[in-house]
Amino acid sequence: MASGVKPRVKVPKTAAAGETITIKTLISHKMESGQRKDDDGNVIPRSIINRFTADFNGQNVIDVTLEPAISTNPYFQFEATVPESGEFTFTWYDDDGDVYDTSKKIEVA
Amino acid sequence: MNVKPWIAVVAAGLASAATAQDNNTLNIDGEPMMTEAVAPAHMENVDTIYSGWRFRSNETQALETDDFDNPAFVFVDQGIDLFDKVDGTEGEACSSCHENVEDFAGLRTQLPRVQDGELVAMEDLVNDCRTERMGAEPWKWSGGQMTAVTALIGLQSRGLPMDVAIDGDAAPFWEAGKELYYTRVGQLDMSCSNCHEDNYGVMIRADHLSQGQINGFPTYRLKNAKLNSIHGRFKGCMKNIRATPFAEGGDEFKALELYLASRGQGLSVETPSVRN
Repeated sequence: MASGVKPRVKVPKTAAAGETITIKTLISHKMESGQRKDDDGNVIPRSIINRFTADFNGQNVIDVTLEPAISTNPYFQFEATVPESGEFTFTWYDDDGDVYDTSKKIEVA
Repeated sequence: MNVKPWIAVVAAGLASAATAQDNNTLNIDGEPMMTEAVAPAHMENVDTIYSGWRFRSNETQALETDDFDNPAFVFVDQGIDLFDKVDGTEGEACSSCHENVEDFAGLRTQLPRVQDGELVAMEDLVNDCRTERMGAEPWKWSGGQMTAVTALIGLQSRGLPMDVAIDGDAAPFWEAGKELYYTRVGQLDMSCSNCHEDNYGVMIRADHLSQGQINGFPTYRLKNAKLNSIHGRFKGCMKNIRATPFAEGGDEFKALELYLASRGQGLSVETPSVRN
């Protein structure tokens, strides 16, 4: 497992029905591109987050493919419309097979 | 008749150059910060002190107002992990003794301070714990692990005013720091005061000179995308004036840190701040 990987998300706790909210996510990850070489001239193997998804109550909201040129600690900010109270689930897929996820509840008044 | 307005424009231009800090107010997640204060009595040449935040562009300023947007919090998260991580021969972590990191509230405001006749900075306290109590290797002064943990500890004091002791035992160290502040060094023959006292607010190439306040350290700098220690920053300044930097963690830099902290008395601790 890549070390020091920690997902962080910011979702408002409450929203009005049908309101468009801003969601911010960040995962600390070194995003090794696979292009660099170490001191001995050997290629450092690629190790990046290659996919990011967000689901709301089981329904997919966003699904992103990440490429090696994305810099360290990838940050996503996007907007979502929330029809009802529920839970956002955010998932990051690592090259080494690890999957990191975190969820946040939102209350619709 | 045409001359007069032109002169007025020039005069206005000069006036604004002398006060290039803006009037923005800093709220971090709703908590107000003091970015301006009446200069402490010992400062003879400055009336008002300003946090470095006031000299930065709006975009850079905005990064500090929200802990999610503040990139330094990636490192604070690492600091939380390090704080709980067992290291060394004694099988202890920081949190074995310091159960609640919030107990460090107020510590940042009082450092550096005199302990047993020596001036100690937060890095010294951390490394003392590591070597004496944990049986672990000391961390490098400006290394990633050290700055992550000092940021975490400093964060507990955020919003509290800087308040270092400069009298009694601390007086000789403070005098030494003041001496350094006003001493010209290096090929460019400049002292700290030439930029940060005589010319703060003025452009130095593409950048506004600040007053060199240290209330936001360790600070995340956009130029190197990591946390920077106070002594690391001193080193950078000294290299810029083509001087041979003192050693990080050495007596000179600790004395200078004390003197600079005393020049910021009353400003809120902003740790971890965001600068360019």
